Amino acid sequence: MRRPRIRTAGRTPAALAGAVPGPAFEITFDGRPVRALPGQSIAAALWAASVLTWRTTRVNGRPRGAFCGIGSCFDCLATVNGQPNRRACLLPARPGDVVTSQEGDGHAGLVR
Amino acid sequence: MPASSAEQPAARPERTELAVVGAGPAGLAAAVTAADGGLDVVLLDAADAPGGQYYRAPAPGLGATRPEALHHGWAEFAALVARLGRHRTAGRIRHLTGHHVWAVERSGADWTLHAVTGPDGRDGATTLDARRLLIATGSVERQLPFPGWTLPGVVGAAGAQAMLKSGLVLPGRRIVVAGSGPLLQAVAVSLARAGARVPALVEASGYGAYGRAPLVLAGNPGRLAEGARHGAALARHRIRPLTHRAVTAVHGTDRVEGVTVSRLDREWRPLPGTGRRIDCDVLAVGHGLVPQLDLAVGIGCATRCGADGSAALELDDGLRTTVPGVWAAGETGGIGGVRLALTEGELAARSVIADARGGPGTARAAALCRSRRRMRAFAELMGAVHRPGPGWTDWTAADTEVCRCEEVTTGAIRTAVAELGAGDSRTVKLLTRAGMGWCQGRTCGFAVRELAGCAADAGAPDRRPLACPVPLSVLARADRPEDA
Repeated sequence: MRRPRIRTAGRTPAALAGAVPGPAFEITFDGRPVRALPGQSIAAALWAASVLTWRTTRVNGRPRGAFCGIGSCFDCLATVNGQPNRRACLLPARPGDVVTSQEGDGHAGLVR
Repeated sequence: MPASSAEQPAARPERTELAVVGAGPAGLAAAVTAADGGLDVVLLDAADAPGGQYYRAPAPGLGATRPEALHHGWAEFAALVARLGRHRTAGRIRHLTGHHVWAVERSGADWTLHAVTGPDGRDGATTLDARRLLIATGSVERQLPFPGWTLPGVVGAAGAQAMLKSGLVLPGRRIVVAGSGPLLQAVAVSLARAGARVPALVEASGYGAYGRAPLVLAGNPGRLAEGARHGAALARHRIRPLTHRAVTAVHGTDRVEGVTVSRLDREWRPLPGTGRRIDCDVLAVGHGLVPQLDLAVGIGCATRCGADGSAALELDDGLRTTVPGVWAAGETGGIGGVRLALTEGELAARSVIADARGGPGTARAAALCRSRRRMRAFAELMGAVHRPGPGWTDWTAADTEVCRCEEVTTGAIRTAVAELGAGDSRTVKLLTRAGMGWCQGRTCGFAVRELAGCAADAGAPDRRPLACPVPLSVLARADRPEDA
């Protein structure tokens, strides 16, 4: 059967694709642990943990997260392992990654 | 699908006969066809696996045993990937994954391609010389602003699809899909099959408008069948299609809690008093796609304004651009979908082979050319049906952000036009900073042009000398190649 039609309440993307992922690992987001699967982008791992926001804007300090999902809009910028302005939707999550919410341009440390 | 992220040598490569930029359906079909014809090909792509956005697949680590469940036409893609694998092994195609080409320049009779490398282009830089260039850089989603569209939980419809296909994740549990164009149906069905509840599919246009061109429809029975298949799938998943409507407000303070959907008149002006709230935790929104033309426009390829109101490359029957030695295929010639991209990829490669090796036109090329014309006619119809009506600007409030990067509002743009005398989108940009941010107007470009209301602007291509962010150190070395 090429296209299984699973119509139960337990449908998930992983079940749809018949995913048998490698072992999960941990990254941290603003200090708290987040589970990630091998191959997932940082944005995907955050979405899976119900996190939609990991940046505040430069002018109005408004919350933002992933929008275009393909690296074109730059709304998903995050600080990863101390480096600001990384596109979370493109960057694969790696064990132990330290992801922090980015405030503004992420370079506040430079002017202190 | 074979793994395709093998490391490539970092040293400056030799001059190649053909460089194909983009490994989506068009670029992939072009690369394998050109290699079949005996050309020495380099295929450059930003991702670490072939397929582009359409055939995006879960990363190998996710162990998807049924990746085909996320796609239509997977068998055809798998066959192309198998051909790519054979050509890679034989050394006829070098597939450079993780390569973001940021500029192309003429150097003598050749083209020099500059790329940054790594998942988000931060790992390194390289250059490559090619005798001929084939541009298959695809498209990005077109967005129109509305009150609340910057709230977390509002995501691009194609973006939600891309994140689902690659990361096997959903942004929420109850997702309204809205905007315009046939892509929305595919997105709504995908999200529902993956477990989301999709209470409504909100389409600003109507599907009846396709009936205005019965001959075009008759020539594209595959598209009719696709529409019927989507209609049945929407019904099966209890997704209500709401046509001639749009989301005119988003509710929630820190994230989406619901949306207001209003009826539109024929010009897409919202009708007062027709707003109705639908509860949801995510809104997936998009108004079709826009060709990515930065590299092509950068080397002087001419564009035309498509029926959808966006710029597309001007191409002849052999898919040559107006610049000698440069071909293009797929969405760069106007948004037309995956079948057209596959056809054009093969046709463009055959045209390149004829240029490189000589010889008469083949029956296969003539047949591809006929298919292409038929599908292009459908693409123009689709573009016209879903082209945003002029009344969409009435959705926006004075404080609605249009440029998401620089946080420039509709009010600021209207002031620039009405009070400061900005007569075109470039002047609007200089006065307001709309389109000057990180994304360089990729997200707001269409909307800013429409709000500026300059007829000469309509369908003009954006100009971006750098097609993606480039570290200053890389730019400095590019200027002095002896240091590279």
